[in-house]
Amino acid sequence: MSSAILPAASDTQSLTGAEIVLRALKEQGVEVIFGYPGGAVLPIYDAIFQQNAIRHILVRHEQAAVHAAEGYARSTGKVGCVLVTSGPGATNAVTGLVDALLDSIPIVCLTGQVPTHLIGNDAFQEADTTGITRPATKHNYLVKQIDKLAETVHDAFYVARSGRPGPVVIDLPKDILIGKGPYKPAPQVEHRSYRPQTEPDAAQIAKAVAMLKGAKRPVVYAGGGVINAGPEASELLTKFVRMAGMPCTNTLMSLGCYPASDPQFLGMLGMHGTYEANLAMHGCDVMFNIGARFDDRVTGRLNAFAPNSLKIHADIDPSSINKNVKVEVPVVGDAASVLRALIAAWEADGATQDREALAGWWRQIDEWRGRNCLHYVQESRIIKPQHAVKRLYELTRQSGKETFISTEVGQHQMWAAQYFGFEKPNRWMTSGGLGTMGYGLPAAMGVQVAHPDALVIDIAGEASILMNIQEMSTLAQYRLPVKVFILNNQYMGMVRQWQELLHGGRYSESYSEALPDFVRLAESFHGVGLRAESTDDLDRVIREMIAIDRPVIADIAVDQKENVFPMIPSGAAHNEMLLASNQISGGAGVTDEGTALV
Amino acid sequence: MPDPSDMTHRAATIAVLVENEAGVLARVIGLFSGRGYNIDSLTVAPVDAEGRLSRITVVTSGTEMVIEQIKAQLDRLVPVHKVADLTLEGPHLNRELALIKVVGSGSARQEALRLADAFRARVVDATTESFVFEMTGNAEKLDAFINLMRPIGLAEVSRTGAVAIARGTASLTV
Repeated sequence: MSSAILPAASDTQSLTGAEIVLRALKEQGVEVIFGYPGGAVLPIYDAIFQQNAIRHILVRHEQAAVHAAEGYARSTGKVGCVLVTSGPGATNAVTGLVDALLDSIPIVCLTGQVPTHLIGNDAFQEADTTGITRPATKHNYLVKQIDKLAETVHDAFYVARSGRPGPVVIDLPKDILIGKGPYKPAPQVEHRSYRPQTEPDAAQIAKAVAMLKGAKRPVVYAGGGVINAGPEASELLTKFVRMAGMPCTNTLMSLGCYPASDPQFLGMLGMHGTYEANLAMHGCDVMFNIGARFDDRVTGRLNAFAPNSLKIHADIDPSSINKNVKVEVPVVGDAASVLRALIAAWEADGATQDREALAGWWRQIDEWRGRNCLHYVQESRIIKPQHAVKRLYELTRQSGKETFISTEVGQHQMWAAQYFGFEKPNRWMTSGGLGTMGYGLPAAMGVQVAHPDALVIDIAGEASILMNIQEMSTLAQYRLPVKVFILNNQYMGMVRQWQELLHGGRYSESYSEALPDFVRLAESFHGVGLRAESTDDLDRVIREMIAIDRPVIADIAVDQKENVFPMIPSGAAHNEMLLASNQISGGAGVTDEGTALV
Repeated sequence: MPDPSDMTHRAATIAVLVENEAGVLARVIGLFSGRGYNIDSLTVAPVDAEGRLSRITVVTSGTEMVIEQIKAQLDRLVPVHKVADLTLEGPHLNRELALIKVVGSGSARQEALRLADAFRARVVDATTESFVFEMTGNAEKLDAFINLMRPIGLAEVSRTGAVAIARGTASLTV
């Protein structure tokens, strides 16, 4: 690609605002923008037209632009870039921004705005974008002077990627985009006010090492911060866990940071985590939380969470520490830096571990593993959803292709987390914090843009997929061969599961009525549609889907009544886990307080 | 380390040094409303020669764990330079200014004047039927005076909210 059309550095005084924006994006390493044009951003689209250094992917809805940028960011470690117009363009992007905020995904979203002299006049397609997005972003800006434009873009990228990453909005009035001003390269000086601590305090590391070496029943609880700290952090985590001989569990956000096939891996923890992971958390004497945030899906009832444990919590965001759970050793720092320091201090430390106690702990864990909590029975020809994911996992592995998985939100998401094993970081994109149905397809699109030769699969439900189905058109336009693997049970499965367990089986509005014919839907969007009605079809459909180099929707008819287990009911503790439907009577052991929780 | 089972509430006077940029006050207030924290009072004004820095003084209350959260959440806002918990950090001065209008005649007027003198409130406006008193002090002193004025003819009160600063040489600067 050539950047010759972008103006040279010498004529910086003659740049329009739109040219300044593109030039700053290029300096920040942006290769692709996900966006949708409109009146207020036409000057930027005009500048995009006149260059070919930065690629633009035209989505079909602004929410999808943000999710696509999230998929791009999550799978590459780079900042995702979004461009939308004023008013409805910006408001449509809000769900994606909050999604990125809760999952700490670095995004810079450029929004058009009416000209500065019209701001506040209820002009056409005007919305108070900085006001609306203030609680939806890590930070936002309204640029009112063109000489501040370049530095604002540079600042936005610094804020988005540093510390705990997150989404940043830059609101750009049209007159600023048309006006002329100077280009300023990215500053080399420290940010005036935002300087997050990345290197951990040595004294805290020493305390952590002493506590971990003395542990008899330790557990490592690794979260999305390890993914955000780059692939090196995952390698360091694996190195540390192995050298310390400790069990390791992952959150939904961090799957892949520790190899799923490793014997020290306990699987995911939390509401739908494994029996062994949750009981190890409950029974541990020392917990090492690295880059996780004691989310309510993980802790269950707080006053019964890991009741007899000392806790170490390493996080880059000091506000995550002691927020929900009080810890004995707080460590502020980037996950990679913390792990590097921890490994060095561990090796330098003369103390030895209590190997006998550790061996006993592993015997206990193996006993819990013996419960085989993810066991299911594929007894008839009706496809169990767990079986569909398991076969998808096995057949994608057999294909030898580099595989990336995204999901929508609900039962299928949990089954994907439970039955698809991830060996490496950045291969798993899911909406964890916000739980956004409609995330998976656009996220997969962003992943495929970043990794054109990889196998990218959105594991979906038939309800979620309809929330951003329009993006099939984008896939066709850019020849992005994303695979949509629908576990179709004709229910909003997780809603139905909760209604079964908590609301007396009154399935209010959770049946997926009047579904489209997904095969013909795929065809009408220039893709390929496949359907598996029974176990006889399943492997053939998966193999075919993997082999086709075009967008595919594979509609997998699965058991309508299957529920996700294990399950820690709302308001229950880790050791009050339900392992199967037959354990449930009436209220599923859910207290009145539990029913009030989400 | 705050104990989560400790439900004792305490007041905290928190000083926040911020970049004096558009929207910074909305960010701080939005943080309090969005996360369900209390604001008992809040004041803000630029404090440096160039007008680039503002100081926000916010009086809040909560459990020790909540107050720790408030400070951490404030500190991670991008335009925030420094956060100081003056209540925790040691002796500090806490002042508020109030303008208090009292309307009345006869003995009530004399009583109002006598009390104002005792409280070192200044008369900044007077008519034959009213006074406006100006008074500075901590919130308790202002409360006490205003409560005394209530039966005498208190008509209107305007208060600034607290500003505060640590005693001694320790200074909150960037």
